[in-house]
Amino acid sequence: MTDLYEAPTQRHFLEVDDLRVHFNTDDGVVKSVDGLSFKLERGKTLGIVGESGSGKSVSSMALMGLQRYAKAKMSGEIWLDGEELLSADDEHVRSLRGKKMAMIFQDPLSAMHPFYTVGAQIIEAYRIHHKVTKAVARKHAIEMLDRVGIPQPNSRVDDYPHQFSGGMRQRAMIAMALSCDPELLIADEPTTALDVTVQAQILDLIKDLQQEFGSAVIIITHDLGVVAELADDIMVMYAGRSVEQGSAREVFHSPQHPYTWGLLGSMPRLDRDRSERLLPIKGTPPSLINVPSGCAFHPRCAYKDLPGDVTTSQVPELVDIGNGHKVACHMTVDQRLRIWTNEIQPKL
Amino acid sequence: MLFIVSIAVFLIFFLLPRIGGATADDLASRYVGKTADAAQIHLMAEKLGFTDPLYVQYGRFLAGIFAGADYSTGPTTVHCPAPCLGYSFITQNPVLPDLLDRFPVTLSLAIGGAIVWLSFGVSAGVVSALRKGSLFDRTAMGIALAGVSLPIFFTGLLALNIFSYNLGWFPAGGSYTNFTDNPALWAYDLVLPWVTLAFLNAAAYARLTRAGMLETMGEDFIRTARAKGLPERTVVVRHGLRAALTPITTIFGLDIGILLGSSILTEHTYSLNGLGAYALQAITSNDLPKVLGVTILAATFVIVANLVVDILYVVIDPRVRI
Repeated sequence: MTDLYEAPTQRHFLEVDDLRVHFNTDDGVVKSVDGLSFKLERGKTLGIVGESGSGKSVSSMALMGLQRYAKAKMSGEIWLDGEELLSADDEHVRSLRGKKMAMIFQDPLSAMHPFYTVGAQIIEAYRIHHKVTKAVARKHAIEMLDRVGIPQPNSRVDDYPHQFSGGMRQRAMIAMALSCDPELLIADEPTTALDVTVQAQILDLIKDLQQEFGSAVIIITHDLGVVAELADDIMVMYAGRSVEQGSAREVFHSPQHPYTWGLLGSMPRLDRDRSERLLPIKGTPPSLINVPSGCAFHPRCAYKDLPGDVTTSQVPELVDIGNGHKVACHMTVDQRLRIWTNEIQPKL
Repeated sequence: MLFIVSIAVFLIFFLLPRIGGATADDLASRYVGKTADAAQIHLMAEKLGFTDPLYVQYGRFLAGIFAGADYSTGPTTVHCPAPCLGYSFITQNPVLPDLLDRFPVTLSLAIGGAIVWLSFGVSAGVVSALRKGSLFDRTAMGIALAGVSLPIFFTGLLALNIFSYNLGWFPAGGSYTNFTDNPALWAYDLVLPWVTLAFLNAAAYARLTRAGMLETMGEDFIRTARAKGLPERTVVVRHGLRAALTPITTIFGLDIGILLGSSILTEHTYSLNGLGAYALQAITSNDLPKVLGVTILAATFVIVANLVVDILYVVIDPRVRI
């Protein structure tokens, strides 16, 4: 009955609110994801960028409900198409996995079972959610393989993963993920294990399929080039939090966070003189057990003295600076704009 | 392979005694009565071919296996048809029929025991791996440690004492019914030996399965299987256990091969008249041809089991090509 009194709120297709994923270990609590919020619409692509260990993969696993097997402590809310997933029971989330949301993994060789044929694995994925005969599922698997650009799908369907090349395996992986026509597709570093020419093909494929199926896509990567090509929105993660998010245009053209500047500076560019060195971000990603106090990025930040003591005492809030562009930094907007236009942009 | 086995067996049984200082006459003395004098023994040694050069003896040994052999012990000549694994002069019988006679007992013991230990060992290992650190895991692994450490003549006698003599649930040692006569009684008679044999092996398999499952359940393809939305049971059995099965198959093949050759301890503890008991009796009575026969048979089983395992690999793991 309480439903009657709740104001009907229009939720976004995917809405993550204050998601936290913590792991208890012998050394202490690992705060892999610590207060993450974002939204995503159908047909749009969100790029999540960050170094290794910034919590990108953990948050995507949490979306899929796969963290339930890892004894993680989770809090917050994940709304997918009007349903809250964190509080849903295991069986219900399982029935959504593969059908409503699907995932492409980084290394397709280890992500596919070595003892079953590629076809068998796609057929299995399809038949969990569709009550059809093996023959029908097999036909569907061949269609999917054909759709993702695998030549001679009729015979390749009976090959084992080790008989495929790296790029072909990733295509097969995509075919498997898309076999049930998911509305949310999460691609966790889909091109990292592939060589460069194949990378571009796979990205194009994901782009095409997204347009064809109209799904929402989350693409997780540490490669800014990948998100530049695919993403509508970008979220930059650092130490389990979002430090900057907004439309791809905003984040690429007027980045506001020193960490984003660092990521842009460490990206190799073909239009640059080879004698110029890349600008790596100094230091290493922080331990997720002892996250630095205040702004987690301050030990590596060149501008940490500008805002004063607040950098080490207070965690910066994610503040909207207009057009949905949000930044978590203690510097004032003016200070950041000045540094970006005078110091950072000319060097890029 | 079998050729190498035949040479090895031949060398062990024919050459080692000679290196140890035994003369042809010493060997022959085992085949004659106690009253025989030195000349008679020497005559026997010549008749049996112990005085011939080694390669001739080996040739005769091989010929016996493939074509059969004739043994003449004075007035009568006994024909030992191929494959002749030797002729016992103590019982005046060729060895092979004896072996074949006792083989069903050993086979029953091995197959039944294997089924018991495979089902218990593998399932205990899987559950232990899935609930790592739980009470079940620690209890099962504790029992497994006991199982691996306790010898059969201890657990076997204990089981006999409790379940047969005190509780009277199962027959005493020495009971054996042919499977073809009465399958139910056959199984009933063999329950205790099976369980005893299985206890030792199940423990090893439980530990092996647990380790394998712990490894595979952390693999990427398990995550993929879950991401597809497969029920957890399917993930564990079809994806996890399937991958963890390879090393288990290897060990299982070898164990079965060895067990078919003989399970001396179990057979002796339960007074079962199988190959193990036969071997034991042959050894204690110094009846070389019998020991030799059992050894060749056992070696053959081990080799065949190995071969079967290697062939099975192709079925189990498609990445393996012969």
